[in-house]
Amino acid sequence: MPHFPKPAEGTWTEHYGIDTKPVSYQDSISPEHYELERDAIFRRTWLNLGRIEQLKRVGSYFTKEIAAAGASVVVVRAGADEYRAFYNICRHRGNKLVWQDFPNEEVSGSCRAFTCKYHGWEYNLEGDLQFVQQEEEFFDFDKADWPLRSVRLEVWEGWIFVNFDDDAAPLTDYLGTMLRKLEGYPFHEFSQVYKYRAEVGSNWKLFIDAFTEFYHAPILHGRQAVEEESRKLAGYGYEALWYEVDGPHNVVSSWGGMSPPKDESMVKPIERKLRAGLFGPWDSPDVVPELPSGLNPAHHRAWGEDSFLFFPNFMILIWERQWILTYHYWPTSHNTHIFEGTAYFVPPKNGRERLTQELSMVTFVEYALQDANTLEATQTMLETQAITEFPLCDQEILLRHLHATARQYVADYANTKAGAK
Amino acid sequence: MTTHVLPAGFEDLQPFTEQWVLPDQRARYLARLDASMDDLQAFYDATMDRIDDVLAYLEQYPVDELSDEGINLLWLYCALCNVSFPIEVWRQQRVPDSGAADWTALVLPAL
Repeated sequence: MPHFPKPAEGTWTEHYGIDTKPVSYQDSISPEHYELERDAIFRRTWLNLGRIEQLKRVGSYFTKEIAAAGASVVVVRAGADEYRAFYNICRHRGNKLVWQDFPNEEVSGSCRAFTCKYHGWEYNLEGDLQFVQQEEEFFDFDKADWPLRSVRLEVWEGWIFVNFDDDAAPLTDYLGTMLRKLEGYPFHEFSQVYKYRAEVGSNWKLFIDAFTEFYHAPILHGRQAVEEESRKLAGYGYEALWYEVDGPHNVVSSWGGMSPPKDESMVKPIERKLRAGLFGPWDSPDVVPELPSGLNPAHHRAWGEDSFLFFPNFMILIWERQWILTYHYWPTSHNTHIFEGTAYFVPPKNGRERLTQELSMVTFVEYALQDANTLEATQTMLETQAITEFPLCDQEILLRHLHATARQYVADYANTKAGAK
Repeated sequence: MTTHVLPAGFEDLQPFTEQWVLPDQRARYLARLDASMDDLQAFYDATMDRIDDVLAYLEQYPVDELSDEGINLLWLYCALCNVSFPIEVWRQQRVPDSGAADWTALVLPAL
């Protein structure tokens, strides 16, 4: 008996015309399929690399290793309101342009120009080559012909996206209707940042699966609540307020009954003291006068949080209590990826609020550790192929949608290539 | 040995400062993994006992106006946030079923 209404069709999955049959996870264990995804998805879609606030002044830069696209990029603030991305490679002999100590580690900093460590070639923030050591030794040489190779970069609501496909449609077209309904949310207010990284032994899609269904939460994370409450939560299970899919992107909207909890004896002692827990701080900083129309799509008074998947590998979670989490999943092979979790809070007004945010982040890390290791257990077992078909319930609709979308990108790309031949 | 002095009125928590005044979330997590459950319990009991006073103290100051002693107190209670998990939830130092999973912090607030 559902606690929250479902669409007229009786299920979310059928409402969106998504197949309800058992699914195969072949797309998550096949090295060949992963190679196709690299070309069809990671070299062709808009990938988020964080926010413009990371680049505080002109000359601020960071590098990003994107193994799935076979690229390293450097993103720089080239002007007051000008952001640029370049392939992180020197035009002269192919040395990595921006790095420190370890070539494969990401770096950030600030500079007036990028200078190659190898022969001192220097590029300005626009990517133009401006100094060549012993320029007169080169043949028919004009510096204007040798700028850094740029990567397409577009900014939406302060979020930085890049795309390796020069022919891709503009970012706002790609984002579609559902995500653009978030426009106007004051993302820039959330400048207190915590960012974590973990290497996860699973296919990238499997960790997204874990964060687009909360069917697992009352069970896997049951011990986070006090014992009696934990049994009760498991008895209720989980139901979303709303699911929506829009092209490759999707959202799950959830209730917020634990922030604050109806009955404080439900949660552990320190949460009662600090007024924070697994759903973040209980008290809102009150910086969002009006929700944009994309939030709380069910218009439910119990609304607590929306999780948006920006296909392929970026999620934004926006909480009713006014804080934000983002997840990035960067594949490194068919069965490994790097997970980045970033939290954005309004800066704490005092030491007490600082502690409240700390407890929220400690709780997040505890959870993510459980989730990450469960994923490794799933990946290794899927790879045995002892079982190859799996039933998914209506609360797992977004898993079906993600995997079907990724497979469709691969199929479409294969068709385009075949057509071009 | 560095002495991490706490604000006046919190002298009873001084014995815990050497182990638990750590200005880095990762260091606090590692300290918790290294400590015995008895040590964690003693730290938890003593700090939870004073938490109302500590919150009242910390609430008076914007983070960047905390004294050095106040900052020490903040780090001590950030450690309590971490230690609350083995004591209140897991009954062990490690997150259950977390196996080989590990994490690093790329960005943390300076204070």
